[in-house]
Amino acid sequence: MKKGRLILTVLLMTMAAALSGCTGGKTADTPDTRITIGIPQDLDDGLDPHKVSAAGTKEILFNIYEGLVKYDETGALIPAVASDYKVSEDGLTYTFTLRDGVKFHDGSNVTAEDVIYSIERCSKAEGGQDPLVPPFTNISEVNKVDDKTIEIKLVAADPDFLAYMTVAIIQASNDDPETKVIGTGPYKFVSHTPMESVELEAFNDYWGEKAHIGKVTLKIVSDPAAIVMDLKGGSLDMFCRLTDSQVSELKGSNFNIEVGTMNLAQALYLNNSVEPFNDVRVRQAICYAIDPQEIMDFVSGGEGTEIGSAAFPSFSKYYDPALNDNYNRDVEKAKELLKEAGYENGFSFSITVPSAYTPHVKTAEVISEELKEVGITADLKLVEWDSWLSDTYTNHNYEATVIGIDLNPVTARNLLQRYTSDGHGNFMEFSSEKYDEVFAKAVASTDDAEQTALYKECLQILSDEAASAYIQDLPSFVALNNKISGYKFYPIYAQDFASLYYIDEAND
Amino acid sequence: MAFIKSIKKIFNKYHGFNFNAGLVITGLIFIIALVGCFYTPYEPTAMNVSIRNTAPSLAHIFGCDDSGRDVFSRVMEGIRNTFFISTMTVLIGSGFGIILGAAAGYYGGKFDEILMRINDALFAFPSVLLALVIVSLLGPGFLNVTVALGIAFIPSFARIVRSGFKSQVNMDYVQSARLMGAGDLRIIFVHILPNILPVLMSSVMIGFNNAVLAEAGLSYLGIGVQPPRASLGLMLKDGQALLATAPWNALFPGMVIVLMVLGFALLSEGISEAS
Repeated sequence: MKKGRLILTVLLMTMAAALSGCTGGKTADTPDTRITIGIPQDLDDGLDPHKVSAAGTKEILFNIYEGLVKYDETGALIPAVASDYKVSEDGLTYTFTLRDGVKFHDGSNVTAEDVIYSIERCSKAEGGQDPLVPPFTNISEVNKVDDKTIEIKLVAADPDFLAYMTVAIIQASNDDPETKVIGTGPYKFVSHTPMESVELEAFNDYWGEKAHIGKVTLKIVSDPAAIVMDLKGGSLDMFCRLTDSQVSELKGSNFNIEVGTMNLAQALYLNNSVEPFNDVRVRQAICYAIDPQEIMDFVSGGEGTEIGSAAFPSFSKYYDPALNDNYNRDVEKAKELLKEAGYENGFSFSITVPSAYTPHVKTAEVISEELKEVGITADLKLVEWDSWLSDTYTNHNYEATVIGIDLNPVTARNLLQRYTSDGHGNFMEFSSEKYDEVFAKAVASTDDAEQTALYKECLQILSDEAASAYIQDLPSFVALNNKISGYKFYPIYAQDFASLYYIDEAND
Repeated sequence: MAFIKSIKKIFNKYHGFNFNAGLVITGLIFIIALVGCFYTPYEPTAMNVSIRNTAPSLAHIFGCDDSGRDVFSRVMEGIRNTFFISTMTVLIGSGFGIILGAAAGYYGGKFDEILMRINDALFAFPSVLLALVIVSLLGPGFLNVTVALGIAFIPSFARIVRSGFKSQVNMDYVQSARLMGAGDLRIIFVHILPNILPVLMSSVMIGFNNAVLAEAGLSYLGIGVQPPRASLGLMLKDGQALLATAPWNALFPGMVIVLMVLGFALLSEGISEAS
């Protein structure tokens, strides 16, 4: 009797809570709506928008920071903090007009000083190192014309220059962007609990269309086995980049699956400075031994697009499917090359993989099996994301790794710079005089057609010299609670939380 | 002859239900592990796209996993790895444990105090936690886990052996042996050790038990045996994500872990019952 009454009370209370939820107003005015999104990794490389290197961190900062221009979902550059821009006829002067009423998350207005500070911060070359945005060496001066107008002068014309203007605008008074996370994007940063979660909140004074969902919790799910359970159990509303088995596990539950591409160059990245990968024949042998299609079959049910070099399909200007056939699977050829290189009896090495990324771990498993056929033993070494960032990416203390490299801003120079001998982020320690030469020529070129041809030649060299064993651009399976809609795929590695909305409320 | 006699003696002494049941289960698993060293129905790492996540059938009696690998072959390899790691763990743990415990218990005094306080400090951590610390220092991997677990198991063995020695060291037979001029080493290993053997055997079995669980636990956390090698804990972890569509991925490795633990527990129970 008593028990029954208790259940009834609980039931009534739940109903009351549910009903009061229904009376919520229109989408943009529902600050108490919340979405919990699972992310596989913590923000271990910090929060400074100009310094982060991990794609997983960048895609979150995408919602917090904006540049003078930003990418839309077609990959076109649209004005953001700037409302308009003009390029002089010789292509050397860019004039940006600041948008009225753009505010930082702390309520202050964006001024010309803030913009100049942000650009200068990224173009400062300290201690002989490359500036934070290497192509900014091309900027000769940044001038304030008036309170609303900024003029940027270049040394040489560069048709890609506008893409670098996506660089985040921060406050000139911000002396520590690592802890003062203040941008102009649709979401503002609330807190970051290491290894647990990141909290974001809709920014009410956003200049454009405001975010629909009031609060975003990014929950770090570093154990891939827990993803499906968390989704089914209701503690996650969304998770991006699932494997096809995880997707089939979600069948019949209240999740919609959206399919797009990750916009990454996934490869078995080889440390070109360690034996035996310092021998180009060994690297080529590995390329011959690996079959990207087979990997796609195992990891994503056959979905995905093969890549033959560092460019991925959505970067259509430079993606060349012909390169995919540079190394078709050929076990005999691989063995021959190994024999030539003096590894007749094969060798063994370890593939370092961040354990939270299931697609990469599974790819490494398939690779290990494929390499067995040519007599190479590849052991996996699963590591945490922070140790991958420090040991593998920063200190180059590894033999081989499976990872995807994203691209933002989408320019060939940005893509290819890391492969130059002293390039920033050249964790594969690729070094080729010919490549450096062609790359330098391409950067210096002012003719678009010539430049494109030179960059394509760079991609060809990467493939010919087997800088790494390029595999695919992975498909992105996104699980989204069927109460929520509005997910947008971008041709870059980004997630736009602001476009998500609860369906019920939108219909009110 | 003498060897067979001593085995017979053990069997005559331990014949309770627990001991027999434990012996059968453990024996069976041991045989599977042994066979797994030379033969598995399929190559444990061989992948096949066309049979991803297929249900148990005559060709694949435990079904296939997410990469089309035969779960039965992987379970066999997993048992083999788990057996190897837990045996090495118990050997390292009991070996060093006996030496340290015997020395502390036999000599006593300040030496005993110092050794046992260090031991207590280590003992304060759960052994899996201690193993985690060691693995994070050494890095993940098959051998590192073996070493880590071995070290983590020393304190419990040292403590048991010490208390055994403490209770025996002042007994008459020890005194007489000493009077007859037997050396310390001879007294420790020939006179006292056999007398604490039943207690030790029982704790060795429990040790096996814990080692199996600890290994599975560490592999489950992803820091034990590394893929693509099979381990029961790792299979359980990978299978867990596919529980609704392909439950055999987690079910069979889980069952085997339960059986292994049960077998050793029954053996331990049987031995302590009889003594």
